[in-house]
Amino acid sequence: MPEDEITPRVLRIIAETQRKDPDTVTVDSSFEELGIDSMDAVNIIFGLENEFNINVPDEEVRNIKSVRDMVEGVRKLCGAS
Amino acid sequence: MRRVVVTGIGVISAIGRNRSEFEQSLREGRSGIGQFTNPAFSELRFQNAAEVLGFSPEEHFAPKDADMLDRFAQFAIVAAREAVAQSGIEWTPALKENTAIITGSCVGGKNTEDQGFWDVYKMGKPRVHPMTIPKTMANAGASAISLEFGITGPAFTISTACASSAHAIAQAFNMVRMGQCEVALTGGSEAPFSFGILKAWEAMRVVSPTVCRPFSKQRDGMTLGEGAAMFVIESLERAVARGARPIAEIAGSGMSSDAHHITQPSPEGAAKAIRMALSDAGIEAERTGYVNAHGTGTTVNDPSETQALLLAFGDHARRFAVSSTKAMHGHTLGAAGAIESAATILALSTGVLPPTLNYIEADPLCGDLDFLPNHACKADVEYAISNSFAFGGLNAVLAFRRL
Repeated sequence: MPEDEITPRVLRIIAETQRKDPDTVTVDSSFEELGIDSMDAVNIIFGLENEFNINVPDEEVRNIKSVRDMVEGVRKLCGAS
Repeated sequence: MRRVVVTGIGVISAIGRNRSEFEQSLREGRSGIGQFTNPAFSELRFQNAAEVLGFSPEEHFAPKDADMLDRFAQFAIVAAREAVAQSGIEWTPALKENTAIITGSCVGGKNTEDQGFWDVYKMGKPRVHPMTIPKTMANAGASAISLEFGITGPAFTISTACASSAHAIAQAFNMVRMGQCEVALTGGSEAPFSFGILKAWEAMRVVSPTVCRPFSKQRDGMTLGEGAAMFVIESLERAVARGARPIAEIAGSGMSSDAHHITQPSPEGAAKAIRMALSDAGIEAERTGYVNAHGTGTTVNDPSETQALLLAFGDHARRFAVSSTKAMHGHTLGAAGAIESAATILALSTGVLPPTLNYIEADPLCGDLDFLPNHACKADVEYAISNSFAFGGLNAVLAFRRL
Protein backbone atom coordinates (compact mmCIF):
# COMPACT_ATOMS: atom_id res chain seq x y z
CA MET A 1 0.00 0.00 0.00
CA PRO A 2 1.44 3.42 -0.92
CA GLU A 3 2.54 5.14 2.23
CA ASP A 4 0.78 8.41 1.49
CA GLU A 5 -2.54 6.57 1.36
CA ILE A 6 -2.38 5.55 4.99
CA THR A 7 -2.37 8.93 6.70
CA PRO A 8 -5.60 10.35 5.23
CA ARG A 9 -7.42 7.09 5.90
CA VAL A 10 -6.30 7.03 9.55
CA LEU A 11 -7.36 10.66 9.95
CA ARG A 12 -10.72 9.90 8.36
CA ILE A 13 -11.34 6.97 10.71
CA ILE A 14 -10.45 9.12 13.72
CA ALA A 15 -12.81 11.88 12.55
CA GLU A 16 -15.61 9.40 11.85
CA THR A 17 -15.23 7.58 15.15
CA GLN A 18 -15.01 10.81 17.12
CA ARG A 19 -17.80 12.42 15.06
CA LYS A 20 -15.54 15.34 14.27
CA ASP A 21 -15.13 17.55 11.22
CA PRO A 22 -12.32 15.79 9.23
CA ASP A 23 -10.60 19.16 8.75
CA THR A 24 -9.97 19.41 12.47
CA VAL A 25 -7.95 16.17 12.67
CA THR A 26 -4.30 16.37 11.67
CA VAL A 27 -1.29 14.14 12.18
CA ASP A 28 -0.03 16.62 14.73
CA SER A 29 -3.26 16.75 16.75
CA SER A 30 -2.85 15.54 20.31
CA PHE A 31 -5.41 13.25 21.90
CA GLU A 32 -6.02 16.02 24.39
CA GLU A 33 -6.91 18.53 21.66
CA LEU A 34 -9.29 16.03 20.10
CA GLY A 35 -10.79 15.04 23.47
CA ILE A 36 -9.74 11.40 23.01
CA ASP A 37 -9.65 9.33 26.20
CA SER A 38 -8.47 5.75 26.56
CA MET A 39 -11.83 4.21 25.66
CA ASP A 40 -12.12 6.51 22.61
CA ALA A 41 -8.69 5.28 21.54
CA VAL A 42 -9.89 1.68 21.77
CA ASN A 43 -12.89 2.63 19.60
CA ILE A 44 -10.67 4.29 17.02
CA ILE A 45 -8.34 1.29 16.91
CA PHE A 46 -11.36 -0.94 16.32
CA GLY A 47 -12.18 1.30 13.35
CA LEU A 48 -8.59 1.11 12.10
CA GLU A 49 -8.53 -2.69 12.40
CA ASN A 50 -11.62 -2.90 10.21
CA GLU A 51 -10.42 -0.26 7.75
CA PHE A 52 -6.99 -1.78 7.17
CA ASN A 53 -7.84 -5.40 7.96
CA ILE A 54 -5.17 -5.58 10.64
CA ASN A 55 -5.00 -6.80 14.24
CA VAL A 56 -3.49 -4.42 16.74
CA PRO A 57 -2.03 -6.27 19.74
CA ASP A 58 -2.98 -5.06 23.25
CA GLU A 59 0.59 -4.14 24.12
CA GLU A 60 0.79 -1.84 21.07
CA VAL A 61 -2.42 -0.14 22.14
CA ARG A 62 -0.91 0.78 25.49
CA ASN A 63 1.87 2.67 23.72
CA ILE A 64 -0.37 4.72 21.46
CA LYS A 65 -0.55 8.25 22.81
CA SER A 66 -1.11 10.42 19.73
CA VAL A 67 -2.53 10.55 16.20
CA ARG A 68 0.99 10.20 14.88
CA ASP A 69 1.43 6.99 16.92
CA MET A 70 -1.72 5.66 15.26
CA VAL A 71 -0.47 6.45 11.76
CA GLU A 72 2.92 4.93 12.52
CA GLY A 73 1.34 1.88 14.11
CA VAL A 74 -0.93 1.24 11.11
CA ARG A 75 1.98 1.77 8.73
CA LYS A 76 4.03 -0.82 10.59
CA LEU A 77 1.21 -3.37 10.65
CA CYS A 78 0.44 -2.82 6.96
CA GLY A 79 4.05 -3.59 6.14
CA ALA A 80 4.81 -0.18 4.61
CA SER A 81 8.22 1.14 5.44
CA MET B 1 -32.83 -0.46 63.46
CA ARG B 2 -31.83 -4.10 63.77
CA ARG B 3 -28.25 -5.27 63.72
CA VAL B 4 -27.77 -7.65 60.81
CA VAL B 5 -25.53 -10.71 60.86
CA VAL B 6 -24.38 -13.36 58.44
CA THR B 7 -25.19 -16.87 59.63
CA GLY B 8 -24.44 -18.85 56.48
CA ILE B 9 -21.94 -18.59 53.63
CA GLY B 10 -21.84 -20.62 50.44
CA VAL B 11 -19.16 -20.27 47.78
CA ILE B 12 -18.28 -21.87 44.49
CA SER B 13 -15.31 -20.41 42.65
CA ALA B 14 -12.13 -21.17 40.78
CA ILE B 15 -10.33 -21.50 44.13
CA GLY B 16 -12.84 -23.72 45.84
CA ARG B 17 -16.00 -25.60 45.09
CA ASN B 18 -17.24 -24.93 48.61
CA ARG B 19 -16.62 -22.57 51.51
CA SER B 20 -13.86 -24.54 53.20
CA GLU B 21 -11.86 -25.08 49.99
CA PHE B 22 -12.27 -21.38 49.23
CA GLU B 23 -11.07 -20.39 52.69
CA GLN B 24 -8.07 -22.68 52.47
CA SER B 25 -7.07 -21.28 49.07
CA LEU B 26 -7.28 -17.70 50.36
CA ARG B 27 -5.13 -18.63 53.33
CA GLU B 28 -2.55 -20.42 51.17
CA GLY B 29 -2.61 -17.82 48.41
CA ARG B 30 -3.55 -20.39 45.79
CA SER B 31 -4.46 -19.12 42.34
CA GLY B 32 -7.40 -20.47 40.38
CA ILE B 33 -6.22 -18.93 37.14
CA GLY B 34 -5.29 -21.21 34.27
CA GLN B 35 -5.64 -21.67 30.55
CA PHE B 36 -9.17 -21.90 29.12
CA THR B 37 -10.32 -25.50 29.03
CA ASN B 38 -12.63 -24.84 26.07
CA PRO B 39 -10.62 -25.25 22.83
CA ALA B 40 -13.11 -22.94 21.09
CA PHE B 41 -11.47 -20.04 22.93
CA SER B 42 -7.95 -20.78 21.67
CA GLU B 43 -7.92 -17.91 19.16
CA LEU B 44 -8.64 -15.20 21.73
CA ARG B 45 -5.91 -12.69 22.53
CA PHE B 46 -6.07 -13.73 26.18
CA GLN B 47 -5.87 -17.38 27.18
CA ASN B 48 -6.19 -17.31 30.96
CA ALA B 49 -9.29 -17.33 33.09
CA ALA B 50 -10.44 -18.38 36.55
CA GLU B 51 -12.76 -21.27 35.75
CA VAL B 52 -14.64 -23.51 38.17
CA LEU B 53 -13.02 -26.78 37.17
CA GLY B 54 -14.59 -30.15 37.67
CA PHE B 55 -18.09 -28.81 38.16
CA SER B 56 -20.54 -31.47 37.15
CA PRO B 57 -24.18 -30.34 37.19
CA GLU B 58 -25.25 -33.97 37.61
CA GLU B 59 -23.60 -34.05 41.03
CA HIS B 60 -25.92 -31.30 42.19
CA PHE B 61 -29.10 -31.62 40.15
CA ALA B 62 -31.39 -34.21 38.66
CA PRO B 63 -30.58 -34.26 34.92
CA LYS B 64 -33.92 -32.71 33.98
CA ASP B 65 -33.45 -29.88 36.49
CA ALA B 66 -29.89 -29.24 35.31
CA ASP B 67 -31.21 -28.84 31.75
CA MET B 68 -33.48 -26.03 32.91
CA LEU B 69 -30.70 -23.98 34.49
CA ASP B 70 -27.89 -22.00 32.91
CA ARG B 71 -24.51 -22.52 34.58
CA PHE B 72 -24.80 -19.18 36.41
CA ALA B 73 -28.11 -20.26 38.00
CA GLN B 74 -26.63 -23.66 38.90
CA PHE B 75 -23.83 -21.85 40.72
CA ALA B 76 -26.40 -19.68 42.52
CA ILE B 77 -28.25 -22.75 43.82
CA VAL B 78 -25.12 -24.61 44.86
CA ALA B 79 -23.90 -21.61 46.86
CA ALA B 80 -27.34 -20.95 48.35
CA ARG B 81 -27.65 -24.56 49.51
CA GLU B 82 -24.31 -24.37 51.30
CA ALA B 83 -25.20 -21.06 52.96
CA VAL B 84 -28.57 -22.37 54.11
CA ALA B 85 -27.01 -25.57 55.44
CA GLN B 86 -24.45 -23.63 57.47
CA SER B 87 -27.07 -21.26 58.87
CA GLY B 88 -29.11 -24.16 60.24
CA ILE B 89 -32.30 -22.29 59.30
CA GLU B 90 -35.51 -24.24 59.60
CA TRP B 91 -37.98 -23.24 56.93
CA THR B 92 -41.32 -22.84 58.66
CA PRO B 93 -44.23 -21.66 56.48
CA ALA B 94 -44.15 -18.24 58.18
CA LEU B 95 -40.41 -17.84 57.64
CA LYS B 96 -40.68 -18.75 53.95
CA GLU B 97 -43.14 -15.88 53.58
CA ASN B 98 -40.82 -13.51 55.39
CA THR B 99 -37.59 -14.29 53.60
CA ALA B 100 -36.22 -12.16 50.75
CA ILE B 101 -33.93 -13.25 47.93
CA ILE B 102 -31.79 -10.51 46.44
CA THR B 103 -29.15 -11.63 43.97
CA GLY B 104 -26.72 -9.90 41.68
CA SER B 105 -25.62 -10.86 38.18
CA CYS B 106 -24.11 -8.92 35.33
CA VAL B 107 -24.60 -11.11 32.26
CA GLY B 108 -27.15 -13.62 33.61
CA GLY B 109 -27.60 -16.65 31.40
CA LYS B 110 -26.00 -15.23 28.28
CA ASN B 111 -24.15 -18.53 27.75
CA THR B 112 -27.49 -20.07 26.92
CA GLU B 113 -28.43 -17.12 24.73
CA ASP B 114 -25.10 -17.22 22.93
CA GLN B 115 -25.63 -20.89 22.11
CA GLY B 116 -29.11 -20.21 20.76
CA PHE B 117 -27.97 -17.27 18.67
CA TRP B 118 -25.07 -19.30 17.31
CA ASP B 119 -27.55 -21.96 16.23
CA VAL B 120 -29.82 -19.55 14.36
CA TYR B 121 -27.31 -17.02 13.03
CA LYS B 122 -24.37 -19.24 12.19
CA MET B 123 -25.71 -22.76 11.88
CA GLY B 124 -28.89 -21.69 10.14
CA LYS B 125 -31.06 -23.73 12.46
CA PRO B 126 -34.73 -22.79 12.38
CA ARG B 127 -35.26 -22.52 16.15
CA VAL B 128 -33.62 -21.99 19.53
CA HIS B 129 -34.28 -23.99 22.69
CA PRO B 130 -37.69 -23.10 24.12
CA MET B 131 -36.20 -22.42 27.56
CA THR B 132 -33.75 -19.84 26.21
CA ILE B 133 -35.66 -16.90 27.69
CA PRO B 134 -36.13 -18.24 31.26
CA LYS B 135 -32.60 -19.65 31.32
CA THR B 136 -31.12 -16.36 30.13
CA MET B 137 -32.96 -13.92 32.40
CA ALA B 138 -30.71 -12.33 35.01
CA ASN B 139 -33.14 -13.27 37.78
CA ALA B 140 -33.00 -16.98 36.91
CA GLY B 141 -30.72 -17.54 39.91
CA ALA B 142 -33.06 -15.74 42.33
CA SER B 143 -36.07 -17.59 40.93
CA ALA B 144 -34.31 -20.95 41.16
CA ILE B 145 -33.44 -20.27 44.82
CA SER B 146 -37.06 -19.34 45.51
CA LEU B 147 -38.25 -22.60 43.94
CA GLU B 148 -35.58 -24.63 45.71
CA PHE B 149 -36.59 -23.56 49.22
CA GLY B 150 -40.20 -22.54 48.63
CA ILE B 151 -39.45 -18.97 49.65
CA THR B 152 -42.28 -16.59 48.82
CA GLY B 153 -41.01 -13.21 50.07
CA PRO B 154 -39.67 -10.42 47.88
CA ALA B 155 -37.15 -11.69 45.34
CA PHE B 156 -35.30 -9.82 42.64
CA THR B 157 -31.97 -9.35 40.94
CA ILE B 158 -29.78 -6.31 40.72
CA SER B 159 -27.62 -5.83 37.66
CA THR B 160 -25.01 -3.12 38.02
CA ALA B 161 -22.10 -4.70 36.16
CA CYS B 162 -19.20 -5.45 38.51
CA ALA B 163 -21.01 -4.04 41.55
CA SER B 164 -24.17 -6.15 41.06
CA SER B 165 -23.87 -8.43 44.06
CA ALA B 166 -22.47 -5.73 46.35
CA HIS B 167 -25.58 -3.69 45.58
CA ALA B 168 -27.69 -6.81 46.12
CA ILE B 169 -26.14 -7.47 49.54
CA ALA B 170 -26.55 -3.80 50.48
CA GLN B 171 -30.21 -3.97 49.52
CA ALA B 172 -30.81 -7.20 51.43
CA PHE B 173 -28.92 -5.83 54.44
CA ASN B 174 -31.08 -2.72 54.52
CA MET B 175 -34.30 -4.75 54.15
CA VAL B 176 -33.43 -6.97 57.10
CA ARG B 177 -32.22 -3.98 59.06
CA MET B 178 -35.50 -2.12 58.54
CA GLY B 179 -37.60 -5.16 59.31
CA GLN B 180 -38.97 -5.56 55.78
CA CYS B 181 -38.06 -9.23 55.98
CA GLU B 182 -36.88 -11.62 58.67
CA VAL B 183 -34.18 -13.37 56.71
CA ALA B 184 -32.57 -12.74 53.35
CA LEU B 185 -30.67 -14.95 50.99
CA THR B 186 -28.34 -12.69 49.09
CA GLY B 187 -25.21 -12.74 46.99
CA GLY B 188 -24.41 -13.14 43.32
CA SER B 189 -23.46 -15.54 40.59
CA GLU B 190 -21.85 -15.35 37.19
CA ALA B 191 -20.76 -17.67 34.38
CA PRO B 192 -19.51 -15.37 31.62
CA PHE B 193 -17.44 -17.76 29.54
CA SER B 194 -19.15 -17.78 26.18
CA PHE B 195 -17.37 -16.97 22.95
CA GLY B 196 -19.47 -13.88 22.22
CA ILE B 197 -18.94 -12.37 25.67
CA LEU B 198 -15.22 -13.12 25.60
CA LYS B 199 -14.89 -11.48 22.17
CA ALA B 200 -16.55 -8.38 23.64
CA TRP B 201 -14.02 -8.34 26.51
CA GLU B 202 -11.21 -8.86 24.03
CA ALA B 203 -12.39 -5.84 22.05
CA MET B 204 -12.35 -3.69 25.16
CA ARG B 205 -8.66 -4.46 25.73
CA VAL B 206 -8.85 -4.62 29.50
CA VAL B 207 -8.16 -8.34 29.95
CA SER B 208 -4.61 -9.38 30.77
CA PRO B 209 -2.72 -11.51 28.25
CA THR B 210 -0.94 -12.99 31.28
CA VAL B 211 -2.45 -12.93 34.77
CA CYS B 212 -4.13 -10.31 36.89
CA ARG B 213 -1.55 -8.48 39.06
CA PRO B 214 -3.49 -5.99 41.15
CA PHE B 215 -1.63 -2.85 42.23
CA SER B 216 1.63 -4.17 40.78
CA LYS B 217 3.60 -1.99 38.37
CA GLN B 218 3.61 -4.80 35.79
CA ARG B 219 -0.18 -5.20 35.77
CA ASP B 220 -1.70 -5.47 32.32
CA GLY B 221 -5.37 -6.09 32.89
CA MET B 222 -7.95 -8.23 34.63
CA THR B 223 -8.49 -11.98 34.50
CA LEU B 224 -12.11 -12.99 34.12
CA GLY B 225 -13.61 -15.48 36.54
CA GLU B 226 -16.83 -17.33 37.24
CA GLY B 227 -18.60 -18.53 40.37
CA ALA B 228 -21.05 -17.55 43.06
CA ALA B 229 -21.33 -16.69 46.72
CA MET B 230 -24.53 -16.58 48.73
CA PHE B 231 -25.26 -15.57 52.30
CA VAL B 232 -28.00 -16.14 54.81
CA ILE B 233 -28.47 -12.90 56.70
CA GLU B 234 -30.84 -12.12 59.55
CA SER B 235 -31.11 -9.89 62.60
CA LEU B 236 -28.63 -10.51 65.39
CA GLU B 237 -31.52 -10.88 67.77
CA ARG B 238 -33.15 -13.57 65.67
CA ALA B 239 -29.91 -15.47 65.17
CA VAL B 240 -29.17 -15.50 68.89
CA ALA B 241 -32.73 -16.48 69.78
CA ARG B 242 -32.61 -19.55 67.58
CA GLY B 243 -29.18 -20.51 68.83
CA ALA B 244 -27.34 -19.87 65.56
CA ARG B 245 -23.72 -18.78 65.51
CA PRO B 246 -23.34 -15.43 63.72
CA ILE B 247 -20.19 -15.39 61.57
CA ALA B 248 -19.91 -11.62 61.15
CA GLU B 249 -22.03 -8.51 61.22
CA ILE B 250 -22.88 -6.43 58.17
CA ALA B 251 -22.22 -3.07 59.76
CA GLY B 252 -22.95 -0.66 56.94
CA SER B 253 -23.28 -0.03 53.24
CA GLY B 254 -22.41 2.90 51.02
CA MET B 255 -23.44 3.52 47.43
CA SER B 256 -22.67 6.28 44.96
CA SER B 257 -22.42 7.07 41.27
CA ASP B 258 -19.54 8.89 39.64
CA ALA B 259 -21.34 10.87 36.93
CA HIS B 260 -17.90 10.98 35.37
CA HIS B 261 -17.31 8.46 32.57
CA ILE B 262 -18.93 5.29 31.30
CA THR B 263 -15.83 3.14 31.90
CA GLN B 264 -13.20 5.20 33.72
CA PRO B 265 -13.54 5.30 37.49
CA SER B 266 -13.49 8.43 39.58
CA PRO B 267 -11.62 8.41 42.89
CA GLU B 268 -14.12 10.90 44.32
CA GLY B 269 -17.13 8.69 43.57
CA ALA B 270 -15.47 5.63 45.09
CA ALA B 271 -14.30 7.61 48.14
CA LYS B 272 -17.84 8.85 48.66
CA ALA B 273 -19.19 5.29 48.78
CA ILE B 274 -16.44 4.27 51.24
CA ARG B 275 -17.19 7.23 53.51
CA MET B 276 -20.90 6.45 53.37
CA ALA B 277 -20.29 2.82 54.35
CA LEU B 278 -18.19 3.88 57.35
CA SER B 279 -20.68 6.50 58.39
CA ASP B 280 -23.56 4.03 57.96
CA ALA B 281 -21.66 1.59 60.19
CA GLY B 282 -21.18 4.41 62.69
CA ILE B 283 -17.42 3.99 62.90
CA GLU B 284 -14.41 6.24 62.54
CA ALA B 285 -12.19 5.49 59.55
CA GLU B 286 -9.35 4.50 61.90
CA ARG B 287 -11.18 1.39 63.07
CA THR B 288 -10.92 -0.24 59.66
CA GLY B 289 -8.16 -2.86 59.60
CA TYR B 290 -8.58 -4.49 56.21
CA VAL B 291 -9.83 -3.52 52.77
CA ASN B 292 -10.76 -6.14 50.20
CA ALA B 293 -10.17 -3.96 47.17
CA HIS B 294 -12.00 -3.94 43.89
CA GLY B 295 -8.42 -4.25 42.55
CA THR B 296 -9.09 -5.41 39.00
CA GLY B 297 -5.48 -5.16 37.86
CA THR B 298 -6.32 -2.79 35.02
CA THR B 299 -4.15 0.20 34.26
CA VAL B 300 -6.86 2.60 35.30
CA ASN B 301 -8.66 1.00 38.27
CA ASP B 302 -5.85 0.41 40.68
CA PRO B 303 -4.38 3.94 40.88
CA SER B 304 -7.89 5.35 41.04
CA GLU B 305 -8.84 3.01 43.88
CA THR B 306 -5.63 3.86 45.74
CA GLN B 307 -6.55 7.52 45.39
CA ALA B 308 -10.05 6.78 46.68
CA LEU B 309 -8.65 5.00 49.75
CA LEU B 310 -6.37 7.95 50.47
CA LEU B 311 -9.27 10.37 50.05
CA ALA B 312 -11.55 8.38 52.35
CA PHE B 313 -9.05 7.25 54.98
CA GLY B 314 -6.30 9.85 54.78
CA ASP B 315 -3.09 8.70 56.37
CA HIS B 316 -4.82 5.71 57.95
CA ALA B 317 -4.82 4.11 54.46
CA ARG B 318 -1.09 3.54 54.97
CA ARG B 319 -1.68 1.67 58.21
CA PHE B 320 -4.18 -1.01 57.25
CA ALA B 321 -3.88 -3.92 54.86
CA VAL B 322 -5.38 -3.82 51.38
CA SER B 323 -5.59 -6.84 49.12
CA SER B 324 -7.30 -7.82 45.91
CA THR B 325 -8.31 -11.46 45.88
CA LYS B 326 -9.16 -11.17 42.16
CA ALA B 327 -5.64 -12.42 41.46
CA MET B 328 -6.87 -15.75 42.86
CA HIS B 329 -10.55 -16.14 41.89
CA GLY B 330 -10.54 -13.76 38.92
CA HIS B 331 -12.91 -10.93 38.24
CA THR B 332 -16.27 -12.63 38.56
CA LEU B 333 -18.22 -9.53 37.44
CA GLY B 334 -21.70 -9.70 38.93
CA ALA B 335 -20.56 -12.25 41.51
CA ALA B 336 -17.46 -10.27 42.50
CA GLY B 337 -19.05 -8.29 45.34
CA ALA B 338 -20.40 -11.50 46.87
CA ILE B 339 -17.30 -13.68 46.47
CA GLU B 340 -15.14 -10.85 47.82
CA SER B 341 -17.56 -10.25 50.71
CA ALA B 342 -17.12 -13.93 51.54
CA ALA B 343 -13.34 -13.46 51.46
CA THR B 344 -13.65 -10.39 53.69
CA ILE B 345 -15.91 -12.10 56.23
CA LEU B 346 -13.65 -15.17 56.35
CA ALA B 347 -10.65 -12.88 56.87
CA LEU B 348 -12.39 -11.32 59.87
CA SER B 349 -13.58 -14.58 61.35
CA THR B 350 -10.36 -16.55 60.86
CA GLY B 351 -7.91 -13.71 61.49
CA VAL B 352 -6.04 -14.45 58.25
CA LEU B 353 -5.97 -11.67 55.66
CA PRO B 354 -5.70 -13.00 52.09
CA PRO B 355 -2.83 -11.76 49.93
CA THR B 356 -2.64 -9.91 46.62
CA LEU B 357 -1.18 -12.62 44.43
CA ASN B 358 1.09 -12.19 41.37
CA TYR B 359 2.49 -8.98 42.83
CA ILE B 360 5.94 -8.15 41.46
CA GLU B 361 6.82 -4.55 42.16
CA ALA B 362 5.25 -1.43 43.66
CA ASP B 363 3.75 1.09 41.27
CA PRO B 364 4.31 4.71 42.29
CA LEU B 365 0.81 5.39 40.94
CA CYS B 366 -0.56 3.06 43.62
CA GLY B 367 1.29 4.81 46.40
CA ASP B 368 2.86 3.19 49.41
CA LEU B 369 -0.08 1.21 50.74
CA ASP B 370 0.35 -2.29 52.16
CA PHE B 371 -1.10 -4.52 49.44
CA LEU B 372 -0.19 -7.76 51.23
CA PRO B 373 1.94 -8.97 48.32
CA ASN B 374 1.80 -12.71 47.68
CA HIS B 375 1.46 -13.98 51.26
CA ALA B 376 -1.45 -14.01 53.66
CA CYS B 377 -0.92 -12.49 57.06
CA LYS B 378 -2.45 -13.03 60.47
CA ALA B 379 -4.20 -10.01 61.89
CA ASP B 380 -6.84 -9.34 64.46
CA VAL B 381 -9.17 -7.01 62.62
CA GLU B 382 -12.51 -5.75 63.91
CA TYR B 383 -13.81 -3.88 60.86
CA ALA B 384 -13.18 -4.53 57.18
CA ILE B 385 -14.67 -3.19 53.99
CA SER B 386 -15.21 -4.70 50.56
CA ASN B 387 -15.12 -2.37 47.54
CA SER B 388 -17.02 -2.87 44.30
CA PHE B 389 -16.81 -0.29 41.53
CA ALA B 390 -18.71 -0.96 38.32
CA PHE B 391 -18.43 0.20 34.75
CA GLY B 392 -20.94 2.96 34.43
CA GLY B 393 -19.46 4.58 37.52
CA LEU B 394 -21.66 2.78 40.05
CA ASN B 395 -20.05 2.08 43.41
CA ALA B 396 -21.05 -0.12 46.34
CA VAL B 397 -19.04 -0.62 49.52
CA LEU B 398 -19.92 -2.98 52.35
CA ALA B 399 -18.57 -2.73 55.89
CA PHE B 400 -18.29 -5.89 57.97
CA ARG B 401 -17.55 -6.40 61.65
CA ARG B 402 -16.00 -9.39 63.37
CA LEU B 403 -18.19 -10.93 66.05
